[in-house]
Amino acid sequence: MIPAIFVFIYLAAVVYIGIFAFRRSEGVKAEDFFLANRSLGTFVFLFSLFGTNMTAVAILGSSGHAFTNGIVTYGLMASSSGLVIPLTIFLIGTRVWALGKKYGFITPVQIFRDRWECGHIGTVIFAVQAVLLVPYIIIGIMGGGTTLSAISGGFVPYWLGGAVVAMVVMSYVFFGGMRGTAWVNTFQTILFLVFGVIAISVIGAGMGGFRSAAEAIGSSPATSWLLTRERISPYYFFSYTFIPLSAIAFPHILIFCLTAKRMVQFKKTVIFYPLCILLIWLPCVFLGVMANRTAGEIPAIRAKQEARRVLAQQGKTMTPEQREEVREQASGDDVILHLLHHYAPLWLAGILGAGIMAAVMASDSQILALSTMFTEDVFAFYGGRRRFGEGAQVQTGRIFVIVLTVLAYVVALRAPETIFEIAIQYAFSGFAALSPLMIAALFWRGSTKWGALASTVWVALAVTAVAIFQQTTPAPPPGPPAVFWTVGGTEVLARTPSGTSVFGFMPVVPMVLVSALLMFVVSKLTPKPSEATVAKYFS
Amino acid sequence: MKRALLVLAVASLYVLHQDIWFWRTPRPLVFGVIPIGLFYHGCFSVAASLLMWLLVRHAWPGHLEQEVEGAAREGGEER
Repeated sequence: MIPAIFVFIYLAAVVYIGIFAFRRSEGVKAEDFFLANRSLGTFVFLFSLFGTNMTAVAILGSSGHAFTNGIVTYGLMASSSGLVIPLTIFLIGTRVWALGKKYGFITPVQIFRDRWECGHIGTVIFAVQAVLLVPYIIIGIMGGGTTLSAISGGFVPYWLGGAVVAMVVMSYVFFGGMRGTAWVNTFQTILFLVFGVIAISVIGAGMGGFRSAAEAIGSSPATSWLLTRERISPYYFFSYTFIPLSAIAFPHILIFCLTAKRMVQFKKTVIFYPLCILLIWLPCVFLGVMANRTAGEIPAIRAKQEARRVLAQQGKTMTPEQREEVREQASGDDVILHLLHHYAPLWLAGILGAGIMAAVMASDSQILALSTMFTEDVFAFYGGRRRFGEGAQVQTGRIFVIVLTVLAYVVALRAPETIFEIAIQYAFSGFAALSPLMIAALFWRGSTKWGALASTVWVALAVTAVAIFQQTTPAPPPGPPAVFWTVGGTEVLARTPSGTSVFGFMPVVPMVLVSALLMFVVSKLTPKPSEATVAKYFS
Repeated sequence: MKRALLVLAVASLYVLHQDIWFWRTPRPLVFGVIPIGLFYHGCFSVAASLLMWLLVRHAWPGHLEQEVEGAAREGGEER
């Protein structure tokens, strides 16, 4: 219970930051509430942009995935992100910032509407973005529930932990808007950067150093694969490099790009982004792998390994429901919490638990982004601001924050999949496939609203198709995928233990490529925006 | 020329991410604890940071900020 007290102190601190930000706000101006008046300095911009991109996946998901899959986790998700995300911020984020400063844009859809001279197509893009963003918000609440429950040793049940996290996030977003969210994110990023260093030192000391554990894992045929990538296909590994394209298509990241005071603030962000990823992910992935040597000391981890063994040996004879149940038991999302519980002194486990809470509560900027998008792209666009004024727009945004958080919480209570799977399969792949929209808008004169619509509809259909396929086709046991469709002996569509494969790649690859192709072909066949509009963006 | 070299550097680093040469081996364990595949990708992150530094130094789109400042000045004069 003592660690949980530290976490509650931390939660109180972030609510206070939100209220403090509220006091610094300049009345009820939309640009102040939604963009902190475009005034963030270098330090807050770097840490808040980074923090907003690090969700429960960063600490709980990464260590859990590494516990089950080994070191491949870092190459899959961290190192490719460390290249692609800062590169897209450098190329796209800076341009979006400049457009925002010049023309007063607050959301990506406003840019699309202006660039392609469209109205309702912008609303379609908003709807698809909103639907894809919701799972991301759910991740935060699920992570909060899991974390509080584990840190308190079960004293705080999952449903209550999720409710507390939802309430806290809702409070500081409601009061502080973008300023509160950015400050809290900065505070959180500092906490979980410190977390990695302390966690690895404390757990390493508790385990008597990692040398013997690494040696033992590498020497045993049963576990040596955890230190390699032999169980992952190179196609699957390559597919993952498409996932970080999602970052710059996420509305909350693009909206964050509009908050910088000057463009020079982007410089340190793109340079330090890969290093921040290194500092957080490397310790978490390493600890997740090393957790496999703690089964003798930690019963909960032994139970997970036992479930993994049962799944591998008896998975083929189980019903899909039984398999799903055992898969959940084997899930490693909370291994790092068990390590802290076992190896860290109580007070330190509390501080480190607060660091984990910092990571899992990153859904704040997604909630704020959706609220911003709703009030700007729907409420204001369809005449709400004209009729009711800017004050009503800000209040609508605040009400939207409450409604959205409550809905996300209800879904989080019922969602059966692991944190990691939900994030990757729906939100990340969908947004990666939406990235050609912004690239075309900024870099290709010939792009049109119909090309944008074709890409957006494709993304919506593809995400729905993958979701239906995975819901109706039970996941096979660990091992080779269940092939669903072949053409001339070539595997086209298969159900893998953790998702879907298309020609051996993850669905994100064909989703992105077809989206880009549709943008190109349909734009070629349809009328361009007026010369004046094209000149505005390309003169 | 400078731009072409930077594009080549980005493309090369992207290709280097697919390190099939360390695919099946956990050894050597760097510093006695870090499997070579994980160490490689840790170094990859550092290389990505260096590449970003090069991009910022040699390909910074400073004209965008000048355009913004120009537009702000014009707006101020009009007012």
